Formats: sequence, C-alpha cells, structure tokens
Amino acid sequence: MTSFPEAARIALGDSQLRHNLRNATTTIRDKRARVVAEVPDWEELREAGRAIKEDVMRRLDEYLLQFEESVQAAGGQVHWARDAAEANAILLDVARAHDATEVVKVKSLTTDEIGLNEALATGGVRAIETDFAELILQLDGDWPSHILVPAIHRNRSEIRDLFMRTIADGRELSDDPRELAETARLYLREKFLEAKVGVSGANFGVAETGTVVVVESEGNGRMCTTLPPVLVTVLGIEKLVPTFADLEVFLQILPRSSTGERMNPYTSLWTGVTIGDGPQEFHVVLLDNGRTRVLSDEVGRQALHCIRCSACLNVCPVYTRTGGHAYGSVYPGPIGAILTPQLRGVANAKSLPYASTLCGACYEVCPVKIDIPSVLLHLRAQTEKDVAERIAMRALARIFGNARLYEWAQKLARAGERPARRVPGPLAAWTQTRDLKPFAKETFREWWSRERGA
Amino acid sequence: MRIGLFVTCLGDTLFPEAPRAAVTVLERLGHDVVFPREQTCCGQLHQNSGYLDEAQALARRFARIFGDFDAVVSPSSSCVGAVRELSPEIAPRVFELSEFLVGQLGVEDVAAYFPHRVTYHPTCHSLRVVQVGAAPLRLLRGVRGLELVELPEAAECCGFGGTFAVKNADTSTAMLEDKCRCVLATGAEVVTAVDASCLMQIGGGLSRQGTGIRTMHLAEILAS
Repeated sequence: MTSFPEAARIALGDSQLRHNLRNATTTIRDKRARVVAEVPDWEELREAGRAIKEDVMRRLDEYLLQFEESVQAAGGQVHWARDAAEANAILLDVARAHDATEVVKVKSLTTDEIGLNEALATGGVRAIETDFAELILQLDGDWPSHILVPAIHRNRSEIRDLFMRTIADGRELSDDPRELAETARLYLREKFLEAKVGVSGANFGVAETGTVVVVESEGNGRMCTTLPPVLVTVLGIEKLVPTFADLEVFLQILPRSSTGERMNPYTSLWTGVTIGDGPQEFHVVLLDNGRTRVLSDEVGRQALHCIRCSACLNVCPVYTRTGGHAYGSVYPGPIGAILTPQLRGVANAKSLPYASTLCGACYEVCPVKIDIPSVLLHLRAQTEKDVAERIAMRALARIFGNARLYEWAQKLARAGERPARRVPGPLAAWTQTRDLKPFAKETFREWWSRERGA
Repeated sequence: MRIGLFVTCLGDTLFPEAPRAAVTVLERLGHDVVFPREQTCCGQLHQNSGYLDEAQALARRFARIFGDFDAVVSPSSSCVGAVRELSPEIAPRVFELSEFLVGQLGVEDVAAYFPHRVTYHPTCHSLRVVQVGAAPLRLLRGVRGLELVELPEAAECCGFGGTFAVKNADTSTAMLEDKCRCVLATGAEVVTAVDASCLMQIGGGLSRQGTGIRTMHLAEILAS
C-alpha cells in the first residue's frame, strides 16, 4: 500500500480534483449544517445513536443469533462468512445455482471492501453497478473516492466521453446532466429487467424482526431489491440494531448527516420473503472480515459504530484537500483512517493514523459520536516507529523529564542555530514552504530569573 | 488564589513573548503568578506521536509540579487540552488564559490598547477540545483602538497538527495556503490566536509569502 503522504502528494497536484472536492464538500457541508441546526434534539439523537451502537457491540453475539433466527423465520437464508473469500464464494454459488451471468448491484461499500465484483468476474459472473456514480466508475475501471459521492473526482465532460465510449449505443451526447442520467437510465432499465439476481449491502439489519434496510437516493436500489427473483444481501456484522423502533433514531440522523436532506428519497425495508411480492429467494451473508478483531479492542471498537454517512469526510481539512484515493481503501477520510488500519492490521496501513491534524472536526459532526481523534491516537501508539524517530523521541522524553537537562538543551539548541531559509534534516519539509521561527534570544525562564530572581 | 503559570515548552523556548504577556495581564488584574521552574513539556508531543508511555510519564511529572496550585493557567489551548486528558487528577484546575480571564475571573476588559486591524483564528483545540467559545473574541472586543475583522472559513484547521506539518508536509501546506488566503482577504495587519503552535505555522507561511502580516499571540495584544 502506497503511504498516505505519497498518495496525497499526487492527489494534491490534480487541480481539477481539488476544485471538485472543494465545491462538492462545501455544498454538502453547508446543507448538513442547515438541516442539523433545525433539529432541536440533535444532541440527544446523537447520544441515542451512540448508546444503541455501544449496546450492539457489547451484545453482538446475541443479536447476531437473534437476527439469524428472525431472517430464517421469515423465509430467508443466512450465511456466515469469516472473510472476503468466503463471502464471495457464497455469492458466486447463489449466482451459479440460478445460471446467472449478470447480477445487478445496489451501491455498497461492504461489497467493495470484499472485492465482490472482481471475484464474481473471475467466476464468470458480471456485476453491474446501478448507482449512477458507481456505474461511471465501473465503466471506466476507476474506484470510489467518497463514501456518498463516489465519483466526486470526475466532471461531466469526462462522463459524457465515457458514456459515448461505452453505453450510448453510438448516440451523440451533450454534457447536460439530464441527458447523461437518461443514458444511464435506458441502459440500466434493461439490466434490472433481465437480472435473475440482485445484490445489496445494507444500512441496517434489525435483530428483532430480521428486517434489512437500504437507504438511497436514486431508486436503483429499490429496483435491485424488488425486480430480480433472487436477492442476496451482504451485511457487515456491525450493521445490526436491536429493535425496529431503533430505526427511528438512525433514519433521522443518517440522511441529515449524509446528503443534508431531512429524509432520503428511498428507504427500502424487507423482511425475508413475501409470497407473490418481490424476490422469492432471499439470502443474507453475515460478514466478519476483521470486524471481530476490531471488536476486541475496547478503544478502537467504536469505529464499528459508523453508519457510513460521510459527514466526517466533508468537514475534514485533510480529506477535502486530498480526496479519497489517497487513503488506499474503500473507506476514506477520518473514518477510513481509523477503520482501515483496524480491519487490515495497523502494520498494513501504518501511515493512516497520522493522516490527521487531530483538529476534531470529524468528532464534532459524527452522528453517533465516534471519537475519531482519540482512536487515531490509540492507533498511533500501536504503529511501528522509524528507528531514528524512536531514538529522538526517547531522548526528548529524557530531556523533558529533567528540568536541568531541558535548560541545557535549550541553550545548546540556540547556540547551534544558524539563520537559514531552508534547513536540512527532519525540518527540511517545514522550510520548503514555511519560514522557521528562530529560537528566542532569551527563553521565558531566563527572563523570569532576570526579572524575578527565582 | 495561587496561580501557577504553565508556559509550555514551545512558549518557553520559541515564543517567550506569549507567557510573558500572560504574566503582565494577570498581574495587571492584581493576581500573583508563580512560575514553577521544574516544568517542561506536558506530554502532548509524545502522545500525538504515538509514544504513550513517555507521554504518561511526562503527564505524571506535570501533575506533581502543578498539583498544589488553585489554578494552572496557560497561553495554549492545545497543551491545556492535552493536560486535561493526560492528567485528569488536576484537569478541573487547568485553564487556557482567555477562558480563565472570562470564565473564572469574569473579566472582559483587561485595559489593553492596540490600535490595529486584527483578525482572529480560532484554533482547533481551543474551539473543539478546550471549547473556549467566544472568550477570546470578547476579550478582543474589549481592547481599545482595536478593529476586529472576521476571518473567512475561520474554523478550518491551519494545517499544523504537530508532526503532521512535517510528516504530511504537502497536505499541511495545502491547508496553510487556504488559511493564508483567508487571512490576506481580511486586510488585517495582525492575525492572532491562543496557540503559539498554530501561529508558528500561519506565521511561517505568511512570512515566506512576504505578506507583511504579523502573527501575535492573544496574550500579547491583551498586554499591550
């Protein structure tokens, strides 16, 4: 995995990307702020969301079994997948059992996390993304850079060219968004009607009833979950809520935090199979893929509370400059910086906990109050350190541990200082774009001694 | 009231003008200030860099040195935030200067005179960790001759973030460019804040760009 600073440098050089990011994130951020401000009990809702999720994590074993039982009682089939390979194999088996060569998909981070499309392709099954932005990325072999606005880094003339190359059937297109949307719609309608299998992720799974919930804006999700005769849902085990009534909290905080809307256009809820209505075969794949390891960490486990609203991305001063690809994962931004190292192991994403100034903007907007800065610090403590840095930090700790040593070090540093616009060594990166503050001619303690004599 | 002044290692070594100004302001208001010489660093540098054992050792040392004071006051919200988290036993008695003046002493006019156009950058830790709220602005409004101009996109981070500024220098610089652009747009002569660390970043950028805009710690303006 490319380190964050390296990947960020490339992203920062892309002025189109920075322009798009700035525009899109500022717009969503302002919309969110407006609709959150009009909810008088917003802080109580956040606290309720946090408390429900904390309870889910504490009793996840019970809720998972309850969910399994509820889904089965409603005529659905439940599969357990330890990792991506197991989950993908289950999906492929279902597709093959129905001789499906194509499946239609609802936008889903979880299936991106397990690389489902690639795994299905290897098995001869083509997965068609039906969310507008996801379709764009899939047609171009690109990948999402934002949880909610996956193609935030693309512009409409690029999309026009792409559609003309791929799905426009030789028609001439303008870059009018309506015309582009219509082109995608014509292409997708056929896919919805032909598909034998639909695949979704889920925003929530209700343990009490076995109900699965998908929240979306375009209606493509509704098509995928109602038209094909077979439906498979991949559900990260952390997505459970205990009771149907708990949805009341999340369906208020999610759309406001996410798209800045009071309510999202489409909320699909289904419970098992209903004879004569919708898919007649329904599977749920309960996915672990590193989640139980995250759960075992008392500080880090709050990352599992995430409801994927992406509010933290839009306010993050780092994300809004670099975009999502720099995070090297389907989970970008502040939440990605704490989730990815935990899901993959800190050693496999060791630059991500440092991809933050600890400004706290993410924590402030998080609808379930995930204390992202604290988890970042917790993960930083687990990263393996560079040898030179470790020696320097240990030496510094000893100097700070003894006031006489500290005073001596202050004098030594001042004596060794040479005025320079650019310095070598660890501060070179600072002086490339910033002037260095010189050491004070007289430290505070020297002044105090001179003035007060003590 | 026995007030212990926590000058911070950065304030002691690079920005002595800030803690010196804090002494001036507190003494002008009739308070005695004590400077415990044993103080060094609160442990934040080590905590933020992932050296938790070292951070905790320094935090215990800090709590011993400042344990006997009625109030510990510091011209840095970032360090106060770290102390509150790392040394919970003394947390309720540790205050950032502006929050101490407005919240504890109930003072908004410190008899300062500073006839300049000033813009205020609310640092991330003052805003979201220590939550000083409008205290710095209320103090600035009480300064005679001072013209306060609003900073656009004020609440956005300047890009310092401790070692972030070096480890992620490119992203840090991109954030700093935007902050400098906003500061320039105000037409202010001086940009002020309650954290020397953020002022070091903003000042480093403004100086490199040759803007002529000065950075001053809030305490310095209040001491004028």
